[in-house]
Amino acid sequence: MKIGIPKEIFEDERRVAATPPSVHKLIGLGYDVIVEGGAGEAANYSDAAYEKVGAAIAADTSSLWKEADFILKVRAPMENPALGKHEADLMKEGAFLVSYIWPAQSPELLEKLAARKITSFAIDSLPRISRAQKMDALSAMANIAGYRAVIEAANHFGRFFTGQVTAAGKVPPAKIMVIGAGVAGLAAIGAANSMGAIVRAFDTRLEVKEQVESMGAEFLVLDFDDEDGSGSGGYAKQMSDEFIKAEMALFAEQAEEVDIIITTALIPGKPAPKLITADMVKSMKPGSVIVDLASERGGNCELTEPGKVAHHHGVTLIGYTDLPSRMAKVASELYATNLVHLLTELTPEKDGQPLVNMEDEVIRGLTVVNENDITWPPPKPESPVSPKPAPGTEEPSAEAKAAAKKDADRRSLIGKGVLLVVTALALYGVGAHAPESFLQHFTVFVLACFIGWQVIWNVTPSLHTPLMSVTNAISGIIVIGAILHLAQAENIAVGIMAFVAVLIASINVGGGFRVTHRMLKMFRK
Amino acid sequence: MSTGLVSVAYVVASILFILSLGGLSHQESARRGNLYGVAGIIIAVGATLASVDGGVTAIIIAVLLGVGIGIPIANKVEMTQMPQLVALLHSFVGLAAVLVGFSGYIEPLIATSGTEHTIKLVEVFVGIFIGAITFTGSLVACGKLDGRIDSKALTLPGRHLMNLAAIIVCVLLGAWFLGTESMALGIVALILMTAIASVLGIHLIMAIGGADMPVVVSMLNSYSGWAAASIGFMLGNDLLIVVGALVGSSGAILSYIMCKAMNRSFISVILGGFGQTSSSSAAADADQTVHESSVDDVCEELRNAESVIIVPGYGMAVAQAQNGVSEMTKLLRDRGVNVRFGIHPVAGRLPGHMNVLLAEAHVPYDIVLEMDEINDDFPSTDVVLVIGANDTVNPAAAEDPGSPIAGMPVLEVWKAHQVVILKRGMATGYSGVENPLFFKDNARMLFGDAKDSIDKLVSGLRG
Repeated sequence: MKIGIPKEIFEDERRVAATPPSVHKLIGLGYDVIVEGGAGEAANYSDAAYEKVGAAIAADTSSLWKEADFILKVRAPMENPALGKHEADLMKEGAFLVSYIWPAQSPELLEKLAARKITSFAIDSLPRISRAQKMDALSAMANIAGYRAVIEAANHFGRFFTGQVTAAGKVPPAKIMVIGAGVAGLAAIGAANSMGAIVRAFDTRLEVKEQVESMGAEFLVLDFDDEDGSGSGGYAKQMSDEFIKAEMALFAEQAEEVDIIITTALIPGKPAPKLITADMVKSMKPGSVIVDLASERGGNCELTEPGKVAHHHGVTLIGYTDLPSRMAKVASELYATNLVHLLTELTPEKDGQPLVNMEDEVIRGLTVVNENDITWPPPKPESPVSPKPAPGTEEPSAEAKAAAKKDADRRSLIGKGVLLVVTALALYGVGAHAPESFLQHFTVFVLACFIGWQVIWNVTPSLHTPLMSVTNAISGIIVIGAILHLAQAENIAVGIMAFVAVLIASINVGGGFRVTHRMLKMFRK
Repeated sequence: MSTGLVSVAYVVASILFILSLGGLSHQESARRGNLYGVAGIIIAVGATLASVDGGVTAIIIAVLLGVGIGIPIANKVEMTQMPQLVALLHSFVGLAAVLVGFSGYIEPLIATSGTEHTIKLVEVFVGIFIGAITFTGSLVACGKLDGRIDSKALTLPGRHLMNLAAIIVCVLLGAWFLGTESMALGIVALILMTAIASVLGIHLIMAIGGADMPVVVSMLNSYSGWAAASIGFMLGNDLLIVVGALVGSSGAILSYIMCKAMNRSFISVILGGFGQTSSSSAAADADQTVHESSVDDVCEELRNAESVIIVPGYGMAVAQAQNGVSEMTKLLRDRGVNVRFGIHPVAGRLPGHMNVLLAEAHVPYDIVLEMDEINDDFPSTDVVLVIGANDTVNPAAAEDPGSPIAGMPVLEVWKAHQVVILKRGMATGYSGVENPLFFKDNARMLFGDAKDSIDKLVSGLRG
């Protein structure tokens, strides 16, 4: 089967769906690869580099679409103005497609693809489970966007990020607030932190607090009964009105203080929440910067102009929607690798024939059109990231606990009582019937047990091994018994037995003490 | 030498032994404690030698030969083989108890009659029984620790019944032994019982899994003490009784401490078979990935860390990585990093095993801390290095009530900012329980032999 890599025609899209190393791997999976001339140019991959790893270069755009059985793309198929045809119509009937599709927003596209029996995998619909992480292009791109957001902010910000004390005066560090600690937010935190800025972050999902702190930012907490904003699949859900009120108050307070705000807040299937009002922008210090990563979905800031840099009240608002594309080389590299992983899953036999296994949770989620069926949306995924304790498994009430404790106490008391009675009876039996000589030894024995008990509890745990080897050496005292027998042995068998006993007990004594000594010598401050 | 003098010498020896054990309460006094022990045994043997009439040559030959064998073995043994050696030495005490018991029956030192005689026969019988179990059990433990015997728990069907049957048969043999007048029949009964007890000892220890070895070794330690005590009763020798009781209670306390550290009851450990339950409610979810790390990344993390806690386990002992670990500790401490060690009570195969290995590698003992001392410090720690430990750092014990190790106190390493786990592969620990730690977001795996990885880290930190 032939994989085709077209040149992206979306305005300002510099990424490409395959790089020379990924083409090499695709060929390894049994596919032929054909690349449109100049497809990788904007991402700094020359046609020659693709040819070198074994790809064919298509003569022109329409021949690529005609020849390819499997199209790998970045942007969703769209109208090609040069050819005057929609890309979906350019494709072979019954072909395969991987790209961003955004099935929820583009039902017409799905119908178009289904009409042409194009089995389509929407890389943006990948189930968010760990096994699928290697194919998670959204996260890969979000990571780049987060980094780039900080770079763009730095570009438009007139100061250092890090604080400096120089001969020419002292410069305070930049203060940055990141809203939304998803992949992009965390990447932004990391980048800003490594440049020396003071970073704070806010997220409605309490579970990300640790992650935020691990990246070196302070987690802003609302003065509010903790409502957790974790929705299904690791995304945020919409919050209650009171919560939003408290949240807005926090942002207003922070806006006056920080120099840079980076917003990344998105709720699946909804327009981006408006978190930064015009008033907050007005309250910011002149020269401040806002980077709105949600601008493609309307923006988190009221004043954001998607795709542009705007200036309001002395504040620069960056609303670029193509941040990953601004780092086309690395973005293409990561995207291409995601696609190679996907193709590897799709081609278990490595024979260049894709196999659509709808039983597989990951493949099922990705597949939005299967031949002529629209298979979107997939059945609901289960299990949110951190399951709440199921109702009915709550802590037992205080009374129940107290009762249980009382019960346990009573049982242990009964146990102790029984033990006491048994001991008393046993002692009575011994005292009443055993001869005098035995009782003397018995006294010694019991007292020695108690001494042992008292002494051993004081031994520090780090010396437990030496304790064991020294007690082992001491238990070689049995040599005394063996010596007494050997001295009086009349029977040859007894003599031999006693001799062997003395011998091995002596090994025990010598070896035990020696090894203890060696060990103890090693302990030093 | 008069009986009075011998008795006084025995009292002195007893006191010296108690001081010896008491000396082990602190590192500073521990070496003196060991010397007390040596002095005690020399006095005891010397006094005994002075009191006997004949056979002095044979005795001296046997003692010198034994010491001559024992000390070189002790000099040669690697610290990592310490558990095997201790187990082997326990078996010697057991065997000696069996031999002395037989000698005592055939040629009693003191003539007895009536009730006294019956009691003595019971003492002989019990002494040999415990001795035989200690002997074979210790040999099996030694083999398991040495890797010669598969350390997995052997669970035969109906093993509890088999053990019970063996004990009942021994009791019946005991009754027969007490009832018979003929010495020949008595010896037959004794030999039969010894054989059964030997098999019982093998079977008991075979059924206990590798992770429970610290309990087993301390339990056998205890047994060897009780064997010595019962021989002491048989001979009417107070010194043996005192020492046996000291050793016996010491081993019993150690077993108790170990069991508590694993949150298991003593009975369940002794009955064995724990290593067999490998499935868990938290069994490996297909939807989990581990994050692999590289030596360079770990070096970087260590360099940037302010505080590091190293958690060693049996894997460090197996790979003999302790010297590298010590070297690394020194390099990091020279950089001003606060390096400490967190030791779980049952880490390794002997109580205190890790402390001995670290001491051998010259890690200062004041930075080697116990679980309780260090568990609260994990949240404020930058990097935790887990070297060959598994079950002792398993969050399932704290978080998953369905886990077989639920409730066992563990080192809470996952609370640190970053955990790096040095491990050969994804295998489970001795308990056979899956470890969710490896799948945590702040956990990184550094696969490979612990010694290789540590050596690479050391050269990385130097560079």
